[in-house]
Amino acid sequence: MRFAGLSKTMMRLMLVLGIMTHTAAFGFEIEDQKLYAATNETSVLRIISTTDIDAFEPIILAYQSENPGISVDYTIASSTELMSAIYVEGAVFDLAISSAMDLQTKLANDGFARSYVSAPTAALPDWAKWRDQVFAFTQEPAVLVISERFFGDDDVPRNRQELIELLRNRPEQLRGRVGTYDVRVSGAAYLFATQDSRNSESYWRLTEVMGSLDARLYCCSSDMIRDVASGELAFAYNVLGSYAESQKHATSGFRIIEMDDFLSVMLRTAVIPTSAENITAAEAMVDFLATLNARPALNNLSGLPPIDEVALRSNNALRPIRLGPELLVFLDRLKRDAFLRSWTDAIQQ
Amino acid sequence: MTGRFGRGSIRLRLVGQLAAVAAVLSVAFFLIVRGVAGQAAEDTQDNILAASATAIADALYTDNNAVSLELPYSAISMLGTISQDRVFYRVVADGTTLTGYDDLPSPDAQTLGPAPNFTTFPYRGESVRVATVLRSVSVGNQPVNVTVTVAQTQLGLAEISSRITATATAIAVGFFLAAMALILLAARSALAPIGRLTRSVSRRGPQDLRPVVTDTPTELVPLVEELNKFISRLGTSLSRSEDLITEAAHRVRTPLAAVRAQAEITHHRLNKPEHRQAIREMIRAIDESSRSAGQLLDHAMVTFRADSHERDALDLTDLLNDTCNRLGPTADLKDIDLIRDLPEHPCEMVGDRILLQSALRNILDNAIKYSPADSRIIVRATDGDAYRLSVSDEGRGFGGAAHTELTTRFSRGSNVSDIVGSGLGLTIADEVALTHGGRLEISENTNGVGACVSLVFPKQ
Ligand SMILES: Nc1ncnc2c1ncn2[C@@H]1O[C@H](COP(=O)(O)OP(=O)(O)OP(=O)(O)O)[C@@H](O)[C@H]1O
Ligand SMILES: [Mg+2]
Repeated sequence: MRFAGLSKTMMRLMLVLGIMTHTAAFGFEIEDQKLYAATNETSVLRIISTTDIDAFEPIILAYQSENPGISVDYTIASSTELMSAIYVEGAVFDLAISSAMDLQTKLANDGFARSYVSAPTAALPDWAKWRDQVFAFTQEPAVLVISERFFGDDDVPRNRQELIELLRNRPEQLRGRVGTYDVRVSGAAYLFATQDSRNSESYWRLTEVMGSLDARLYCCSSDMIRDVASGELAFAYNVLGSYAESQKHATSGFRIIEMDDFLSVMLRTAVIPTSAENITAAEAMVDFLATLNARPALNNLSGLPPIDEVALRSNNALRPIRLGPELLVFLDRLKRDAFLRSWTDAIQQ
Repeated sequence: MTGRFGRGSIRLRLVGQLAAVAAVLSVAFFLIVRGVAGQAAEDTQDNILAASATAIADALYTDNNAVSLELPYSAISMLGTISQDRVFYRVVADGTTLTGYDDLPSPDAQTLGPAPNFTTFPYRGESVRVATVLRSVSVGNQPVNVTVTVAQTQLGLAEISSRITATATAIAVGFFLAAMALILLAARSALAPIGRLTRSVSRRGPQDLRPVVTDTPTELVPLVEELNKFISRLGTSLSRSEDLITEAAHRVRTPLAAVRAQAEITHHRLNKPEHRQAIREMIRAIDESSRSAGQLLDHAMVTFRADSHERDALDLTDLLNDTCNRLGPTADLKDIDLIRDLPEHPCEMVGDRILLQSALRNILDNAIKYSPADSRIIVRATDGDAYRLSVSDEGRGFGGAAHTELTTRFSRGSNVSDIVGSGLGLTIADEVALTHGGRLEISENTNGVGACVSLVFPKQ
């Protein structure tokens, strides 16, 4: 159950990351698809995305009201499927939206992205774009989600050191009741884990301690929040903050803790693939996404926090993951194998 | 243009040659800056690529009898810090790819030395700069050759190089403009003495023949010395001619006067009419010679003074009175009534007194000479837009002779053979009028008898 679908995902990623001697055609796997037809359709914008329809729908509708006549064909796939669709299959999409910054960067680095410069993209901060090919439009920190049943007001851990101490001091209460992402399954989780490992040595100690307490591994933020809210888990580590925030009004019983030592911030990015056909519409969407921080109402609807340099600077624990070739390092086959080996050794004891 | 610059301006030549030098220096400067800075930028990329490849090579290790690698994060991130260029790498152990981009060309291990190897070639649609490092790793006591190749596109380099080019261009252009400004200033100050010399020569009056004494730069000293010698020679020669003219008048007139007196006496003594006739013709010839000599010298004097005539403030009424007074006795001999019709006030103008006197004397002399006895001559001056000095008589008039002809040298009327004359008087008057910016007007008298000759001087 814990490793369901893992082998296939791994295989697909291996394929992307260098073992490309296969010529056999793989169909990529999609999770959902929805067509937003325009009344007087002039063109279709085909988007492949890792973002849930719930979150992205308000953006599509607002985009369509500003760009009438453009139908939006929205396909959802996992980040590895998205990568495989464009990198291996050469599937025709006008825009690729993904939370996997490393894979998006690889698309651009390996020549699968178109360059685009406009006033809105030029206004983006330097850290929110790369080569004028990868454009970030959200900043989403990885947070700690704690159960209100377990924690009072005064014993909430504020940083990783306190979390480690908590785990060491109360092993009996916490055994089997801590959760985190399975980094072997989720692209975003792998990205957070590798960045955590770079940011602080405490990451490995934390992983080992969680492993010694039979940490439960999850595929998705939604399952973790459900289990934290129900009290089945005392806390879940590295949950996508934006998602947790959006669940607050529907689900009770959990709290979001932004730790004060550091917070890895993931940037959701858009890339116009070289295979794009409706380039004008794709560029209009990039412009739209680059100006999200001027539309607070829309951000409330989608639950996606826009690029906001002021917010970023007001909390110096926030560490946005840098776009650049260094993101390719953890995609290296040997590096990835070694990292996952260390991680598996630490989490399974 | 030719007047201002003449043929081959020193300034143009000076400025032109210095500008060419400045331009050559600017271009050389531009090329050097761009070359050096461009090389430095290329070296920077090479150094980082080599450092990256070396860092990867240092991370190689042996695991289970095979070469393995944990790609160091810094090895790639250092490439991301300088530019947003694309990065590719490949690690080959014993001919098989360990990790990285399979299709990235990697040089054969055999051809590599201990130092990093650099090449540039197109890869995935862009030109990439490539560094390769060779490392020998021992696996089960067997050395295995591992090549680490790191490649980066050259977008950042192109950006730096265009920035360097822009800076180098701006500096070179700035240098050239500054040099040009200095060159123009230098040319001006170098040539200033020539201008000063020119002004000091051209400012002097027509009579000023003193040597030039302005401060002169060494190069111009010989020229100024020669100029001064020339001026002094000219001065000598001028005063000599002036002396000659006055001298000659005396020298010719005095002996002629003596001969004439002797002839007169002889004439009285002779009785035979044919002898008296011969003597009368002799006297007439003497008169003509004397007159001619006098007029010729007067004319020479007028021509001489006309070039550099003096500018005295004088009163024309005064001059007219003076002339009438002098010729009054001659008129009296013929019982001619010399009527002066002159304004009360002075008629002031600037001119050469001697020349004007000579002109007026000749005009009045003609009037007296060509008038019959017991007639009237009116000397009139009017003052309007111009001063008009006219002498009208009741004599024989011009007899239809063309007026322009009468002012040419030695031309005389056809109706005056009975009267001695050389044909130079009106020529003198005409030249004096022109010298003073005026004109000579010749007309028949309005009432039909006699001539009217006028000098007209417009007021400035
Ligand atoms: N007042 C005058 N009346 C008539 N004819 C004149 C008068 N003035 C000049 N002429 C004519 O113009 C001619 C030229 O005059 P001009 O004074 O130049 O020469 P000139 O009187 O003959 O000789 P000289 O040089 O000795 O005066 C005269 O020969 C004469 O024919
Ligand atoms: Mg005369």
